[in-house]
Amino acid sequence: MTADQWIALAAGIGGGALRVGVPFLFVSLGECLTEKSGRINLGLEGVLVLSAMAAFGGSYLTGSPWAGVLIGACVGALLAALHGVLCSLDGVNDVATGIALMLLGTGLAFYFGKALIQPQAEQIPSIPLGNWSDNPVVRAALQVNALLPVGIALAIFMWWGFAHTRAGLLVRMAGDSANATRALGYSVSGIRIASTAAGGFIAGLGGASLTLFYPGSWNEGISSGQGLIAVALVIFARWSPLRCVGAALLFGGAGAIGPALQSIGVGWGYHLFNTVPYVLTLLILVITCKPGTVVVGSPGELSSTR
Amino acid sequence: MRIPVKEIALPVLAIAAALGIFGVLVWFACVSPVDVWVTLFKGAFGDWFSWQNTLQRAAPLMLTALCVALPARAGLVIIGGEGALVLGGLACAALPYLMPLPDNFIGTVLVCIAGAIAGGLWIMLAGWLRQFRGINETISSLLLAYIAIGIFKHLVEGLLRDPASLNKPSTLSLSEGIRIGGIAGTDVHWGLVLGIVACLGLGLWLRSTASGFSIRVVGGNPRTAQLVGLPANKLILAACGLGGGCAGLAGAVEVAAVHTNANASLIAAYGYAGILVSFIARHNPIAVIPVAILFGGFGAAGSLLQRRLGLPDASVLVLQGIAFVLILASEALRNTDLKALAAKWMTPRARSAMPSTLGKGAQP
Repeated sequence: MTADQWIALAAGIGGGALRVGVPFLFVSLGECLTEKSGRINLGLEGVLVLSAMAAFGGSYLTGSPWAGVLIGACVGALLAALHGVLCSLDGVNDVATGIALMLLGTGLAFYFGKALIQPQAEQIPSIPLGNWSDNPVVRAALQVNALLPVGIALAIFMWWGFAHTRAGLLVRMAGDSANATRALGYSVSGIRIASTAAGGFIAGLGGASLTLFYPGSWNEGISSGQGLIAVALVIFARWSPLRCVGAALLFGGAGAIGPALQSIGVGWGYHLFNTVPYVLTLLILVITCKPGTVVVGSPGELSSTR
Repeated sequence: MRIPVKEIALPVLAIAAALGIFGVLVWFACVSPVDVWVTLFKGAFGDWFSWQNTLQRAAPLMLTALCVALPARAGLVIIGGEGALVLGGLACAALPYLMPLPDNFIGTVLVCIAGAIAGGLWIMLAGWLRQFRGINETISSLLLAYIAIGIFKHLVEGLLRDPASLNKPSTLSLSEGIRIGGIAGTDVHWGLVLGIVACLGLGLWLRSTASGFSIRVVGGNPRTAQLVGLPANKLILAACGLGGGCAGLAGAVEVAAVHTNANASLIAAYGYAGILVSFIARHNPIAVIPVAILFGGFGAAGSLLQRRLGLPDASVLVLQGIAFVLILASEALRNTDLKALAAKWMTPRARSAMPSTLGKGAQP
């Protein structure tokens, strides 16, 4: 391979990590918040698709991408709140409810999104980080989504918030010991519903960046399971918002290996490279888990780690 | 064998409520709700043609639901049935590449067995990871499903690709004799019989054999299972293998009866729908049969809604979503004493009399 090809490959993977990683970042932060409160939300896939549609529709109707982002996030919060409320009912299984909401969310998105497949909506502006380079490939790869800094700031805020704020402590307490929360007079369901809804809001930002930045249009195949795999990402990141940033970029980059290789003419193994993140997560689980123990760093109440 | 009224009434009421909400939704789209309900019924169960369509969709749902139900009875929440289905279909389509098959009934049996083995091993891997490595099976089966889909696409678009399939990469078609045909000349293929037999057989096995009972003990009370010395690891792996085998069989049947080769249409989320079917049937293999037929009916009615009333084809997905959510939510009422609740509402003063729950947590 020539030097140019190497640069194209690196730029493809790096740029892919930055582009594809943004939705991963938001869904993983949303799932992280939800799981910290002791509940698992497999319905984030539905949240992601529905908020992607709502954000696109919002931007199309108002002409402002930021209004679209806000609408998307709010719709995401609503659907996640439904998950939160349902799971607080006695005897309702959170895994099954998550799958049902995934179906409902995608269904609603396709139902209301039929009219949005053709038009173009105002897009989120990009931040050019590649002006230092003369190489057009590098410059194109480093056109970064304006939501990326928002996501990184949010991750830092969440990391600080979990450790230093009353609300963060409450969320962690509800996640680690429902009994302790009850003993101190707080409502476990209340905290979990609020965290799930807030997690949906954050995941909604990821949906918005799907339709308003990359790929940048609304269609029914917009999400390739990013919402479902958020659960794996959070395990990968050991329930730390800061590590979610790294994990999201890694997952985005791994997903970009296939297309990047294809762009320089290597077509072999496209789909195998797409599975790298999942294999990696599984391997990390194999290495770190031991029978009879809980995964290090996981919230104690979480059904998926016991 | 006693079936309480509530067992039937709750899901029926939930579905009625879902149809009501869906009616309001289509009313906003200026379509008469009554027309929608009538069309739904006609499209799913109205005539023999709709019944064929419904039953054709119900067959894989039954088998993928078993992939959730059996491990669930052993205490595992497996959500990766999609992976087992896809690999089952792949194994079925790949077997003729590996060995010459007789072009008759025996060939059909062989490809189905190949599919079942592939699916069974895949879900057993999730069970093994849980029992011997302590990895949560819900997560690992989900990851394995994505890996399986990756392997499927890689092989179908590479090594196993039929050079003649240009736009839609697929494997070579199964030869005429191996394919699964319709029952007595209808569109309903023998996969439906396989599904029903599997549901009934495994249901009876769980209910009335020693090994089936042991699995229920392992799932219902692991501590008891340990005390009486049941081989929990073996039983759990067996439940996973059987469940995964059913999902793999679903994939093989879809290939042999519907698609005739393995291609991307096989990845149609039957695995995920099966999760819901199983949860709604409360992981009872026999109850899976009617639930799968009902939801096969919803699927079959979708295209008619689109053609007759001009609704988006996704509307049936919305209806399914609402129905699933409400049925799952109705579980909350299962342990509530409705009579006490009604009495409380009748006499608002008796506020201290809480609606008594039977103190029984939700259990599969």
